[in-house]
Amino acid sequence: MISLTLNGEPRALDLDPEMPLLWVLRDHLGLMGTKYGCGKAECGACIVHLDGEPVNACMTPLSQVEGRSVTTIEGLSSDGRHPLQLAWIIEQVPQCGYCQPGQIMMAAALLNKHPRPTDAQIEEAMSRVLCRCGTYERIRRAVHRAASPEVQNG
Amino acid sequence: MADAGVGRRLSRRSLLKIGALAGGGLALGIHLPVRAELDPEPRSADAKTAPEAPVELAPNAWVRIHGDGRIELVLARSEMGQGVMTALPMLLAEELEVGLDQVQLVIAPVARVYANRLLGVQATGESTSVRDAWTPLREAGAAARALMIAAAASVWEALPSDCQARRGRVHHSDGVRSLSYGELVATASGLAPPDRVALKSPAAWTLIGTSQQRLDTPEKVSGGAHFGLDIRLPGLLFATLYRCPVPGSRVLSWRAAETLKVAGVVDVLAVRNGIGVVAESTWAALQGRARLDVSCRPTVNANLDSQRIRSRLRIGLKGRSAVARKSGDVSLALAAAAHEIEAVYEVGFQPHACMEPMNCTADVQPDRCALYVPTQAQEGARAIASAITGLAPGRISVHTSLLGGGDGRRLEQDFVVDALELSLRVHRPVQVVWTREDDFRHDFFRPMTLHRLRGGLDAEGRVTAWFHRVVGPSVLARLRPDSIRDGIDPFMVEGAADIAYEIPDLRIEYRRADTPAAVGLWRGGGYAHTSFAAECFLDELAAAAGQDPLMMRRHLLAGSPRHLRLLDRIGERAGWGAAATQGLGRGLALVAAFESLIAMVAEVALEGGRVRVHRVFCVVDCGRVVNPDLVRGQIQGGVAYGLTAALKGEISFTDGQVDQLDFEQYPLLRFGEMPEVVIDILPSDADPGGVSGLGVPPIAPAVANAVFALTGERVRSLPIRLAS
Repeated sequence: MISLTLNGEPRALDLDPEMPLLWVLRDHLGLMGTKYGCGKAECGACIVHLDGEPVNACMTPLSQVEGRSVTTIEGLSSDGRHPLQLAWIIEQVPQCGYCQPGQIMMAAALLNKHPRPTDAQIEEAMSRVLCRCGTYERIRRAVHRAASPEVQNG
Repeated sequence: MADAGVGRRLSRRSLLKIGALAGGGLALGIHLPVRAELDPEPRSADAKTAPEAPVELAPNAWVRIHGDGRIELVLARSEMGQGVMTALPMLLAEELEVGLDQVQLVIAPVARVYANRLLGVQATGESTSVRDAWTPLREAGAAARALMIAAAASVWEALPSDCQARRGRVHHSDGVRSLSYGELVATASGLAPPDRVALKSPAAWTLIGTSQQRLDTPEKVSGGAHFGLDIRLPGLLFATLYRCPVPGSRVLSWRAAETLKVAGVVDVLAVRNGIGVVAESTWAALQGRARLDVSCRPTVNANLDSQRIRSRLRIGLKGRSAVARKSGDVSLALAAAAHEIEAVYEVGFQPHACMEPMNCTADVQPDRCALYVPTQAQEGARAIASAITGLAPGRISVHTSLLGGGDGRRLEQDFVVDALELSLRVHRPVQVVWTREDDFRHDFFRPMTLHRLRGGLDAEGRVTAWFHRVVGPSVLARLRPDSIRDGIDPFMVEGAADIAYEIPDLRIEYRRADTPAAVGLWRGGGYAHTSFAAECFLDELAAAAGQDPLMMRRHLLAGSPRHLRLLDRIGERAGWGAAATQGLGRGLALVAAFESLIAMVAEVALEGGRVRVHRVFCVVDCGRVVNPDLVRGQIQGGVAYGLTAALKGEISFTDGQVDQLDFEQYPLLRFGEMPEVVIDILPSDADPGGVSGLGVPPIAPAVANAVFALTGERVRSLPIRLAS
């Protein structure tokens, strides 16, 4: 039995401790916002927060989250109105949208660490998440927007 | 505009249909004329074929207005990022006189009425969606609006001309009376449909031409958007397949003893494409597959490698070939030219690498079958389901999820076959999950092609002769064999055979050279490879003639005002006349594709021996623009997609197998590598052209031409590898 806090709720899971957190979330807990893209921590579509730090859920065995706190895109805000989510809408970031939960979770971890990130800090963090649709320019604008409360609502 | 405010007869073979909806609603549909040679819609009206109620009860409706006021618009194209889920409802809503905030979207089932007239089947691809929908969807919206007005007029015993529709209500000119569409449904369902509709004049548009927010954004930022892999059904099993890695190879023998020991593995089955491991979770299926013991039948394709493919293609540079277009006599013109140059260009294999790997969920039951699938080709999916299950097409439903990328890959049915065969055998719904490795290994790649170009200049430096031979495997021979005529695969020569430059003696050829590597359609179509060769070679001619590349293009397009307008604007925007900033090279490319035009100027630098693209200017003429922000997104996306292929990597083969199986071996353009993309959209009264593939073809030649401007080194192959 593995105990963890998931999106603020305590959970105890009786599953293979080797199973990557990605499949635990998707196949056993019905949290499908975290995406499978590569299984090798190369694309970032599966980024979640582990005690506030961004990790690739596809390479994080369940055993590693014992006693720790996991936040997924579903738990980023209670009402889907996290400043990043609002900024993503105003800047009309997503195209196909598949990578966007990973992009937003990566950006959220960045803002936790650097509330007013520089372009270089944004670039360093966001280069961990791939987007095939080429939404990078809009992501940059949206991160800046979310980091500037005075312009959040456009 | 010709259609402004004037009564317009619906297309001759169109047929307006009104039908009742369950719960007292009204459904209004328009049958669209579809090319006659297409396979006919199965006519069998089998009452038992309607598993999912409302959709099947009104299969031909574009607009559904319910008695309770709900208004539903039907979306019959696949949303894969390009924005059809917003652009197409805008066409309906504009004429229906409703706001996008007042409608709900319904994803279309498979039905003949939903066929894409440019593709001949119900499918999404080749930048056709808006072009196809432009007239019929506006007509459908206008017909529904006319019906609502007629209903209100009959209730009020007023003239229709005294009634006006606005935001889902009909208002009387007395300024007092008004009725909502929902309140008018009952009356409208007793009226004869209009045989003429008046489309709004462009001046009256309130949606078309505006950057409405995408309707799919909220769910895509909340994590609630459902892609194919997010389908969950009661009793769902997860499966993965072992496929032999060499094309054409089949399983010789297999043992699953170790696989069956994995907790959660339910069954292991041999199917057409390999050995399927079916389990209670994706993880168990993957663990099980890793423990399979499989040997594959040896095949001659085991010696397939990139060098052999290249050698095979090289043979085709000389000797016989098929002629795609010919004017004058190129041989004579080249012989008479004051100056002749010749070059060979090469484009490597490219994968699709959609962020959502291929997948499909099938639920095969004795009397019906449901597919839940991120597909670009619903009609093809239904056909393959019918063939595999033996069920009539009417008993098969196709539920299209969001697509985590498509780019032509999801026009294929291979992943659908896997899910169908497994569900048929295990009698449970099955979701087949391809790993990233499967997705790379078993892609239908953009083919490797070689291009031989010859050009002649007269003493004044004018281009007098142009020869372009495309050598490569046929893509359409497998997908649309009927489209191959006289040895020409139209896909392989698009962008070459229809080159816009006015050159007196011109000859475009295609030499088919198939390889065992699977090839398919790709974002940007054939233009993505032909434009690289043609636009770079034109720059070679300009250099040989001592001319400016933009001026040379202007001279060759003197009779094409749309092209000239584009060239003039890109010159202004990019500051073409002035010297480039120190350390930057600028390159130009011009492409006409999908009934749109685009010109690009790329600004590149060399950083650490690598090409770095700093900024890309784009000028686009795509006719009337439905939603400018969607167009900008597609151009940005096309630039990113094309830059991955131009700068980052390619697919190669060794000993019959694909070498690149992950994002380290086939890297995608990353955040920090994305250039600034400056986009101008020119106003135009022409009908809309396609844009989703439009940004891809010009970026590689623009960058390659910029590298030449910077270094003096010609780039003649993709991906770009600098010699110096």
